Amino acid sequence: MPDHEILLDVRGLKMHFPIRTGFFSKAKNFIYAVDGVDFQVRKGETLGLVGESGCGKSTTARAIAQLYKPTAGEVYLNNLDLTKANGQELLAARKNMQMVFQDPYASLNPRMTAGDIIAEPIRIFKKNGLMEASKDEIDDRVEQLMEKVGLSRFFKNRYPHEFSGGQRQRIGIARALALNPELILCDEPVSALDVSIQSQILNLFRDLQDEFGLTYLFIAHDLSVIKYISTRVAVMYLGLIVEIADAGDLYKNPLHPYTEALLSAAPIPDPKIEAKRHRIILTGDVPSPDKQRPGCNFYDRCPKHMDICKKVRPALKETEPGHQVSCFLYHKPE
Amino acid sequence: MSDEVILQVKDLKTYFTVDEGVVKAVDGVSFELHRGETLGIVGESGSGKSVTNLSIINLIPMPPGKIAGGQVLFHGKDMLTMSPNEIREIRGNKISMIFQDPMTSLNPFLRISTQMVETIVLHQGLSKEESKTKAIEMLKLAGIPAPEKRIDQYPHQFSGGMRQRVMIAMGLSCNPEILIADEPTSALDVTIQAQILELMQELTRRLGTAVILITHSLGVVAGMCNTICVMYAGRIVERGRTEEIFESPRHPYTMGLIRSVPRLDQETRGRLYSIPGQPPNVIDLPDCCPFYPRCDKVMDICKKKYPPTVPFEKEQSAACWLYAKEAQNA
Ligand SMILES: Nc1ncnc2c1ncn2[C@@H]1O[C@H](COP(=O)(O)OP(=O)(O)OP(=O)(O)O)[C@@H](O)[C@H]1O
Ligand SMILES: Nc1ncnc2c1ncn2[C@@H]1O[C@H](COP(=O)(O)OP(=O)(O)OP(=O)(O)O)[C@@H](O)[C@H]1O
Ligand code: SF4
Ligand SMILES: [Mg+2]
Ligand SMILES: [Mg+2]
Repeated sequence: MPDHEILLDVRGLKMHFPIRTGFFSKAKNFIYAVDGVDFQVRKGETLGLVGESGCGKSTTARAIAQLYKPTAGEVYLNNLDLTKANGQELLAARKNMQMVFQDPYASLNPRMTAGDIIAEPIRIFKKNGLMEASKDEIDDRVEQLMEKVGLSRFFKNRYPHEFSGGQRQRIGIARALALNPELILCDEPVSALDVSIQSQILNLFRDLQDEFGLTYLFIAHDLSVIKYISTRVAVMYLGLIVEIADAGDLYKNPLHPYTEALLSAAPIPDPKIEAKRHRIILTGDVPSPDKQRPGCNFYDRCPKHMDICKKVRPALKETEPGHQVSCFLYHKPE
Repeated sequence: MSDEVILQVKDLKTYFTVDEGVVKAVDGVSFELHRGETLGIVGESGSGKSVTNLSIINLIPMPPGKIAGGQVLFHGKDMLTMSPNEIREIRGNKISMIFQDPMTSLNPFLRISTQMVETIVLHQGLSKEESKTKAIEMLKLAGIPAPEKRIDQYPHQFSGGMRQRVMIAMGLSCNPEILIADEPTSALDVTIQAQILELMQELTRRLGTAVILITHSLGVVAGMCNTICVMYAGRIVERGRTEEIFESPRHPYTMGLIRSVPRLDQETRGRLYSIPGQPPNVIDLPDCCPFYPRCDKVMDICKKKYPPTVPFEKEQSAACWLYAKEAQNA
């Protein structure tokens, strides 16, 4: 699709965390949190990333942001490979890529005022000679950002504990916007919020995207939230992406058996629909990521598994225009 | 669900004294639970859902907490005035509770078998062997594979979803008349959540248990509950049969809540509906409608007096001045 400009290109990304098995043992084991994912984020779109708890969503985002040093793979932001960039290049790239975190309580420094938290990225840039800004300019910018995210500028000197969860999330968003980034990696930014506050923050993300042409990688485990906010959706399972498609297409025409089960199990707030729904109930538990499997990672729980699935890992392949799936029901092994 | 009322909560008030003042966490809550009924409690974080249920089974830490008034009638007998012995007889036996975090109620140092057998011996007067057989049977019902082997393991040897199932098995092992489940699935994944909810439904159908289900998910109540209570700032602001609440919500908070969730089964274009403002601070609430600062239908009277509860058709009712006749006269 040449008409889509690619902003972020993730290739073969792996993040394996070493774990020690015994106190004295040298033999290393690994948590294969992310085990080879490929995807692209196009300029101006929202790519939603869904999947069960522990499937590697946060790790993917953190490895992209270089908060972790990836075990393997490349992460191109505007054609610069961040995994090979030096310190100064990385810092400069941060201007274009910011993160918003899940927990609005833990992600803000409790000893800094809201104003200082929002100004921090600008001050860091200034200190490193990447930007010039006078004290007054910074002050103006902070007030302007607070207004953009729906916080009164009179709250500038308050501390995080004096704000509600929704307001703290607004502070986190204002901080992410401070340097005018192109891309924001949003790691479950609404999951900790009450239903009534969640919709306020989702609207804010949409409004800011319209106003500034922002691009989002948006992580959530709530499928309705992902459906609402995303242009395209990537579904993750046990360290791998199993399906990517346009949001509308994925929800109408899920291909991967895991996506199918996920969609069928998500509760719908309408008693009449709930009474008539057919759920695909998966058996078994979510498997642990401490070993690599030769075949499909979903094999144990898959209601449609075949012999081949146990032996060979299916690749993520385009089976319909714009729709990629990694499942042998749709393509033969190489 | 039958007509027999097994639990009646009447004008329950539970307050906490903190440095900043008095938190009226539960301030005049009343509801009835019938045999076999599944009642959902939904509402904003801090609206008093957990405190309501902890008050019922007498687990409020005092101080700082205090039951400031009301009655909790279990088969007509007030649990709030029972002796500790009488309460212990009921709790974990006739009324059992599943807490949000299974690790808080499972002892990490004891085998699952020890914990389950102890409860069953204590409450049902069965022998140890009989109790173990019963425990294994419950674990099997709860979908734990090879329960006769796994029963002798420790809690940390189970995954989160399995621990939750152990809790459900324990909760139901004494054939309780009432099961109180506080966000039993919110820590779980959608696919595991579906497994657990299906299991709870199946077990309650078979054993005739009544359930109080606390959740923030409107989807879960829609699929599970016969009736719903909506709480806001320590009170029930609306109640009714599940279909009524979703089809014709009356209280502006309920209406807003239902409209503000994006839907999996519908296209939502443009902005989502959202309730403006922040949840109330429940410390020293004035005696007005606690929702008025966020309400798009607010009138003068709403800022002055707490609205009366107005009944509608069937079992639905809402505490809102929009429906109170006096509003016009005031
Ligand atoms: N720093 C770390 N060291 C070791 N293991 C880790 C580390 N961070 C994450 N993991 C493990 O990697 C796996 C993926 O975790 P991750 O946080 O990416 O999942 P997630 O999809 O974001 O889940 P959730 O929805 O619960 O946030 C998990 O098994 C987790 O325990
Ligand atoms: N031990 C306590 N000491 C002081 N205040 C308390 C205590 N327990 C609860 N509260 C207060 O009582 C109010 C109601 O709390 P409760 O736990 O019932 O809320 P909830 O509706 O269950 O919310 P959530 O959805 O977040 O679980 C809150 O304002 C809470 O801060
Ligand atoms: S009483 Fe008034 S403020 Fe409260 S919900 Fe009804 S209309 Fe709104
Ligand atoms: Mg995460
Ligand atoms: Mg609670």
